[in-house]
Amino acid sequence: MTAQRVMGVALLVAALVAPWFAYPIFLMTALCFALFACAFNLLLGYVGLMSFGHAMFFGISGYFFGHVVKAWGMAPELGILAGVAGAAVLGAVTGALAIRRQGIYFAMITLAFAQMIYFICIQAPFTGGEDGLQGIVRKPLLGGLIPTKDDRVLYYVVLAIFLFGYGTIYRIIHSPFGQVLKAIRDNEQRAVSLGYEADRYKLLAFVLSAALAGLAGATKAMVLQFATLTDVSAAMSGEVVLMALVGGLGTIIGPVVGAFIIITMQNYLAAAGEFVLVIQGMIFVVIVMAFRKGLVGELADWWKSRRPAG
Amino acid sequence: MAETLLKVPLLKVDGLQAWYGESHILHGVGFEIGHGELVTLLGRNGAGKTTTLKSVMGIVEKRSGSVTFEGRQLVGHPSNEIARLGIAYCPEERGIFSSLNVEENLLLPPVVKPGGMSLAEIYQLFPNLEERKRSQGTKLSGGEQQMLAIGRILRTGATLLLFDEPTEGLAPVIVQRIGEIIRQLKSRGFTILLVEQNFHFAATVADRHYVMEDGRVVDMIASADVQQNIGKLQAYLGV
Amino acid sequence: MFELLGIPPQALFGQLLLGLINGAFYAMLSLGLAVIFGMLNVINFTHGAQYMMGAFAAWLMLTILDIPFWVALVLAPLVVGLFGVVLEKVMLKRIYHLDHLYGFLLTFGLALVIEGLFQWKWGSSGAPYPSPIPGGTNLGFMFLPTYRGFVVVAALVICLATWYGIERTRLGAYLRAATENPTLVRAFGINVPRLITLTYGLGVGLAALAGVLAAPIQQVSALMGTNLVLVVFAVVVIGGMGSIMGSIVTGFGLGLVEGLTKVFYPPASNTVIFVVMAIVLLVKPAGLFGQTK
Repeated sequence: MTAQRVMGVALLVAALVAPWFAYPIFLMTALCFALFACAFNLLLGYVGLMSFGHAMFFGISGYFFGHVVKAWGMAPELGILAGVAGAAVLGAVTGALAIRRQGIYFAMITLAFAQMIYFICIQAPFTGGEDGLQGIVRKPLLGGLIPTKDDRVLYYVVLAIFLFGYGTIYRIIHSPFGQVLKAIRDNEQRAVSLGYEADRYKLLAFVLSAALAGLAGATKAMVLQFATLTDVSAAMSGEVVLMALVGGLGTIIGPVVGAFIIITMQNYLAAAGEFVLVIQGMIFVVIVMAFRKGLVGELADWWKSRRPAG
Repeated sequence: MAETLLKVPLLKVDGLQAWYGESHILHGVGFEIGHGELVTLLGRNGAGKTTTLKSVMGIVEKRSGSVTFEGRQLVGHPSNEIARLGIAYCPEERGIFSSLNVEENLLLPPVVKPGGMSLAEIYQLFPNLEERKRSQGTKLSGGEQQMLAIGRILRTGATLLLFDEPTEGLAPVIVQRIGEIIRQLKSRGFTILLVEQNFHFAATVADRHYVMEDGRVVDMIASADVQQNIGKLQAYLGV
Repeated sequence: MFELLGIPPQALFGQLLLGLINGAFYAMLSLGLAVIFGMLNVINFTHGAQYMMGAFAAWLMLTILDIPFWVALVLAPLVVGLFGVVLEKVMLKRIYHLDHLYGFLLTFGLALVIEGLFQWKWGSSGAPYPSPIPGGTNLGFMFLPTYRGFVVVAALVICLATWYGIERTRLGAYLRAATENPTLVRAFGINVPRLITLTYGLGVGLAALAGVLAAPIQQVSALMGTNLVLVVFAVVVIGGMGSIMGSIVTGFGLGLVEGLTKVFYPPASNTVIFVVMAIVLLVKPAGLFGQTK
């Protein structure tokens, strides 16, 4: 336990001094995607439901944020709230329908709904169509107290948001609610026979996951100052799956690691164009065939095997 | 306990062990069957009778030991190769395919050796199957499905037939009919390994009985000696 | 001529034909997906990429080897089908014992690799493929391009032939039985692993065949498959994967629904299939022809 505590503190310290060592925009983008991946993983790792359309929550939230801040000229806090609320509502509607099937069908249904949202976003006027919402001005937060135009200042805001989201997930997992979710994941019939309305729990988890993905999406729009079709695309949905997979599905910190790895990789390979897709695809294949537990999962296994049995 | 009573057994099982995942079910089963014999595996629920049949057929997760058929080692070979050597399996759950009609079910197992019965001969043996040959396989009654499960392995040319509880859950009239059929099959020269809970039924058809307990063969009683050992048998079977 | 609700017949029947054509491809692709899923319990995300490979194979055969369409129609599915066989033996076979989601992820990754490679080599803008049967006939109420008419007929023939092969032949009986109880079928002496490999190859070949048929109609591009397969997933959820005939009817039917929507309310034509999916999920979650597995 203490090893984990030490690592946690070390990571926190690293996070606090990071903007002096790395480009703040990169760090913030990675944190947003890390939150996105954690939100996705809440659903897959702890409820056993793989959503292949999570980009719809991430992307629509960004659009809501952009619209509130740019078109309605309101404060960014409201933009973020609007994004989270919008994602939660979308989560409730799509979740209620998707929950009716399980496993692979659930994945396909979420994918299909995300495609639908994608097509709607192409046509709907408020999204700006193919161009998306560009040039969303960075307005100060807390009524002018926090100047967000400074990337370093904004970094700490984003870090706070990330820690809030991560903390929420941590609380959910370790709460009685979380225990029921795990019971449902492991043996749904048994949970139902014990009197739990599995569907309600699953739906609530889905909405929470969607809302947190929305939080990530709105924050990303605030940082990068745009919201586009890419954010609601199937490719984006696939990317978040990849991040969680690379990091490790059954762990809380795995998706964070995975997100940082993938974002770093994308930065380095930006010049390679379409070849990034090939590499991402190959990573999928290699992980499924050989490293299903992801980086953190495999490391944790290796660490445990080093100790003598007992 | 494999006594070499018979000169050249058709099937010889020695030190057979089997596992389902972590569960070690068979702890060294041994017995033999001669050409044309009908031998039963008796025992209480959980003794390992079905697992033994499945191990012979090669459909358990993991097995070790020796199972030889006509002198050839079966352990280490997949079930489709074992079937092709001339062994056919009639499972406890009957395994009638719902996406096939009766005739398709009958024709499904491929002919592995010459000498099997023709479709016409099978229909003679089971005229009620011919009547319903276009019906969906699972629309038949329990008894009819059992006849179908028996009938379809007779076409293949297999010489060793493995039956897992063919009379389970069936009405006495049908159990009698199945007994007649099995006796007919024996007189046609099939070699049969029969797993049965219903001892009275088993006694009417078998040459020898092996008793299993906790994944081992603990006793063998010839048909002629059954009356003398009825007390011992009843104790084994918990009746 | 008559007008229906203010829509001129040319527009109406033109869109219906388009819808029928789209439906033909929905049917062929959802059929392949259903057959593969039945035997392998894997949702073949690579299906779209394999459809694209079929179209590309035909295009490459034409531009590099001067092989005409009618030969490519036979060769391309064989080549891509063989590729599918290799995929199954080298990779898919090893993950059958895992949760089915891994099959989805693996085939998704493979689709990314294949499409990424094609995109990297040939870019994402499409290449045209000349129509093998140019021209058409004026039927009075509409103009019917001959090749498009051929595609609808060909798709119907292919779908019905597949249905016949599965429902009425001995090999099809092996397939149906192995889908239900592979262990028992193997215990009868049938080489089920080989049957599984063959089934995957067949499904892939079917996708490639659809791709060849599609080449003269739409631009041959690296991304032509993904856009399609995402819609086909919705088709598959609507139809349920319980029956072959069900997949065929659903595919053609949804194509027509899409075509009609384009006539009467164009902005919804992209999303109507997903709306239908939402309705089906509310009313009959197992799908129109599905059985809860």
